[in-house]
This record gives sequence, structure tokens and C-alpha cells, in this order.
Amino acid sequence: MARTLFEKVWSAHTVRTLASGQTQLLVGTHLIHEVTSPQAFGMMRDLGLKVAMPHRTFATVDHIVPTDQVSEPYADPLADAMIKELRKSCAESGITFFDRSTGKQGIVHIVGPEQGITQPGTTIACGDSHTSTHGAFGAIAFGIGTTQIRDVLATQTMALGKLKVRRIEVNGRLRPGVYAKDVILHIIFTLGVNGGTGYAYEYAGDVFERFSMEERMTVCNMSIEGGARAGYVNPDETTFAYLKGRPYSPKGAQWEAAVAEWRATASDPGCAYDDIVRMDAAEIAPTVTWGINPGQGIPITASIPDPAKARGDERASIEEALAYMKLSPGAPIKGTKIDVAFLGSCTNGRLSDFQEVARFLKGRRVAPGVKAIAVPGSQGVGLLCAELGIDKVFRDAGFEWRNAGCSMCLAMNPDKLVGDQLCASSSNRNFKGRQGSPTGRTILMSPVMVAAAAVTGSVSDARDVFGVSAN
Amino acid sequence: MALEKITRVAGRAVNVPGNDIDTDRIIPARYLKCVTFDGLGEFLFYDVRKNADGSDKPHPLNDARFKGASILLSGANFGCGSSREHAPQALQKFGIRAVIAEGFAEIFYGNSVTLGMPCVAASREVIAAIAAAVEADPGTVVTIDVANQRVSFAGRVADVSVRESARDALINGRWDPIGELVDGASDAAAVASKLRYMTA
Repeated sequence: MARTLFEKVWSAHTVRTLASGQTQLLVGTHLIHEVTSPQAFGMMRDLGLKVAMPHRTFATVDHIVPTDQVSEPYADPLADAMIKELRKSCAESGITFFDRSTGKQGIVHIVGPEQGITQPGTTIACGDSHTSTHGAFGAIAFGIGTTQIRDVLATQTMALGKLKVRRIEVNGRLRPGVYAKDVILHIIFTLGVNGGTGYAYEYAGDVFERFSMEERMTVCNMSIEGGARAGYVNPDETTFAYLKGRPYSPKGAQWEAAVAEWRATASDPGCAYDDIVRMDAAEIAPTVTWGINPGQGIPITASIPDPAKARGDERASIEEALAYMKLSPGAPIKGTKIDVAFLGSCTNGRLSDFQEVARFLKGRRVAPGVKAIAVPGSQGVGLLCAELGIDKVFRDAGFEWRNAGCSMCLAMNPDKLVGDQLCASSSNRNFKGRQGSPTGRTILMSPVMVAAAAVTGSVSDARDVFGVSAN
Repeated sequence: MALEKITRVAGRAVNVPGNDIDTDRIIPARYLKCVTFDGLGEFLFYDVRKNADGSDKPHPLNDARFKGASILLSGANFGCGSSREHAPQALQKFGIRAVIAEGFAEIFYGNSVTLGMPCVAASREVIAAIAAAVEADPGTVVTIDVANQRVSFAGRVADVSVRESARDALINGRWDPIGELVDGASDAAAVASKLRYMTA
């Protein structure tokens, strides 16, 4: 019988059915970091449990590492304590730790793929909701809480209810100046921030077939912003080419065997889905958010919604969002003055993101009064950018070029908005207070749109600013 | 490990209205810096409850009438966003024993049930009726019958829903699955031995 990738991977990793009816699912790869995992080791100690499969567990530090300080102890004693706690627990348990001294540290969702740890047909769990990123490789990857991290550490399994599968096809061609980030913001806007509850999203169609692995990761990354716990793209030649030769990728005869298995993991032609949604790529515009959740987005050419024209619930949501964002109903979003430009995060902190921006940023300057920071997603990304001279382009333009980490995406480190500053951000969430100030404001957009905002000092259409035409 | 069988939760309720209340709002990221979850209750809904100087803002959780409430009422897609267990932990440490909302985000739901905190879905009308009863008399006792998926308050009874796997886990005292998962260790090893990437 024809099956989806989800179905195949789920069944290959099913250990047994638990009394509650949930599945005991084998977690092939467990990724851990310093914010949600140290507490799990404490819970293990309380129960007298040990790490079951340390060789299938990989750690790094990303959420709270300062991006402008390398030497320890860090200025923030709490951050310093959490990192030391994780380092100690990993050493005691024999877990590979991509620490800053290894040159392989970075945002966990960038490090996994970069190292070749993220592979098709696998299950991946991590105490971070953006774990869905790894689905770009045809893995079933999802975020978990700390008690579940304890479960995975102790048993390499967890209790989970099976998800339904919705196939989202985006067909046709994207217009020039429209990026993967715009595709996912458009999907979330169309299906809603809770439209994916209970589903894994299978992204497919012309656009995804043409996308690079990094573009696929950007889309899968924000699945959770649409309520879907997991999102994936079927593995293909693009996937295999990306993985070949990476440190943890299979080698020699193992490589051929693995590729054959990976190929067979893809959804079968004619398999049944719980739901199918089709979208036209040509209808997607450079998209920006205007509100306080990632579903509150509009094309850059559109006006800010007017609550007077909405009804009931929607009216209340728009009013709440506009009051927080200090934006005027009916006004164009274009021209909204910004204070900060942030380029980075697990959504858009990869080499191609910085490469694409550098193409346009050369010879430009960040507008006076705008604080612009660029944060490579990993030390590996930082190194490649340095080799290609990309960091210099950013610095020459007036960006601060930082060390790897999550940085101002969630502002657990010293990179924070101040007061009600407005940030043009390539990250994934525009929740109230998300970027570190209780009144700070976030507008989500693609990296090139962040660059356009940085050089003009206001939310702008990058196609006009940089003269993007059919390329 | 014997766990409590959570068949019903009874207590006073507090309404924190709104849709899409995210986990950053439930607990801002700067309060995630901890190596245990103790003491997180203090930071629950911090930025909407407190001013920069630490003084109280008007918020239902600061309202003396609802002090000691153990059931939280809210809108659709409650707990969306981050997977941080700090969110349900903060609710629980604050004294919340169950949440009644129009709907819940996936990860939050799982995290809450694993802590023995039922998440109960109810229609907007039912939530509005409970909120009105509580507003009229903050002493109103709201009783969630987890086993039979009903809520009673102020002489009324209404249907609510709890996911079947969660209902089973709560009422049978197996909401923390660790014991059962450990029992499956040899089965898990057998499944792992058949997967190339786990044996390489």
C-alpha cells in the first residue's frame, strides 16, 4: 500500500503501543542545548536513571551564549551556570558536545544539518519548538518539553500520539525578490497560526523541488508557527548532494546503501493524505508581519488591516495587535520607521541567507540611527562567511558582525531590544516582548527585506531598494 | 512510581481572556535561566502582570478576588509558540491545577498532561458562562470531571473534551509515562538494532 514518508518513518520507529493509546516512539537522534535540557539531567538523577544512548545524543550551546563575548565566565552568571551544568552533564554521560572551543558550535538546528547528523528517514527530538527545521531532510522532527527530554535521555523513546499529514503543494514559480521566508509566512497567513494543530506538514510541489536545502529548512523551521508540530520535505537528489561528505554522513559502501534507503523513505506516488492544500507560487509577495503573531502578515505593498472592517474576534485581535505595535489601521506598512535590524536565527542564519544579502548590501550603508546586527547561525557559517569576505561586506555597511548563537531572536543573551524599539527581523516570532523588551516590537521578514529596512531606516520593498528584477 | 489518578479538578477559577496566548507571554524568555523549575510561579505572565519597577499592572491574576484560583480560563490556541516546559511549570507552580480553553497548541498540551495538569477544551459559550459566573461570584467552585468530560459550576453542567490518550493517562494515574517507557527498553533496543543510522 502506498504510504507517506511520515507513515513509513513512524512505523519504523514504533516500539509499542502504551496503555494510554499513545505510541512509544524511538527517537533516533536527540539534540540538546543549555536552556531546556540541564533540568532534565536533574530529573534523571532524582529517579536514578542514566542516559540510554549517549552516542545518539548531541549537545551544543545557542540560546544564551553572548555573541559579543567569547571568554568565560560570561557576564551573566545565570547563563554561565547553565552552560557549565550542561557541559558537566554531557561529560559525565559521554555525550558529544559541540562546545565553542570545537569550532562546531551554533544554533542546534543549524549544527545538526551542517554536521550531517540530520538524515532522511530518522526521528529527531529536541527541547525546542523549531526542531521541525530538520524535516527539510525528510526526517520526522519535533520539539519537546523538558520532562520529555528526560524520557528521551533515559530511554531514547517518548510517548507521542500519531499526527495526521497535510500535504501543502506550492506550484509554479516564485517571483523575483520572493524568498523561502515569504513562502512560509504566506502559508501561515493562509492556514492560520493554529491551522496545523494535530498535523505534520508535507511541503511539496515545484517550488520545494527547486529549493536548496537551506531554503527548505527555512520553511520547515516555521511549521510550528502554523501550529504543526512537524513539517518535512521528501528527500531527493538535492538532499543527498547536501549530505555527501559531511562529518556524520555515511561513508563508502554505507553511503550507497543509505541513499537507497533514503530514496525509499519518500512518500509513495498515490499515497493518501488527511488533507491537501495547493497554492500558486506566483501569488506570493514579499511578506511582512504587522501584528503580534506570525500569522498576522501582509504583502509589503498592502496596508495595515483596519479593525473597523473586521468582525468579532478578528477585530479584537487586530485592535490588540495594533495597540501593541503602535501602528495605524489602513496605513501602508511600507515606510514604518525601524530602530533595529536583526539578521540571523535558526530560520535565516545560514550561509545562503548572508550570501544573498551581501549581493545587495555591497556599497550600501545602514541608515543613521539604526542598530544593525548580523549573527551567523553557527561557527561554521561564520567561518564560511569570513572565507568569502561576506562578513566584511556587512561590517563595511555598518552591521555589527557577531559570533554564533540565537541572539535577538529570543533575547536570552545580552542582545535585546530596548523600550518600544521596532525591529526588522529575519527570525520566527513577533510575540509581545519576544525580543527582550516587554514593549519591544518585531516585524518578521526575509533577510533581504531586513537589509532593505536597514539601509533605508524603514520597512521597505527590497525589490525597489535593490532594483530586483527577473534574474 | 504510583501517580495520582486525576479524575476531577475542583477549585475557584480565573479568566485570562484572549486568543493565541503564547508561551513567551506565559513566561518571558529571560526567566528561563534556571537549572530547576522551582520558583517559576513568580514569573507567570510577568510582562502583562508587572510594570518595569515590579509593581502590579491590572491583570486578573493580580486581582485579589481571584487569588487562590486553581483553574485558568482562556481562549483559542492557548500555549502556542515555544516548547518551553517552563510555561506549564510556571502555571503549576503558581497554583494552577487545570486549564480550560477553546483550544491548545500541541506541544503545550503534551507538556501539561505530562505534569498532571489537565487541559480541557470547551466551547466559547461554556467558557463565557463560567467566566460570567466567576465574575459574579469569585467564590464559585468550578469542577472539572476529567473522566466524564464535564464541567460543573453555579448549578450548571456542560460538556468539555479531553483528548482520549490524555484522559486515559490522567484518570489512570499514568500521565508521567517514564515508568512504562523504561519497561519498554528492550523492545526499543530491538527496534534501534534494525535501523542503519542507529547502529553505525
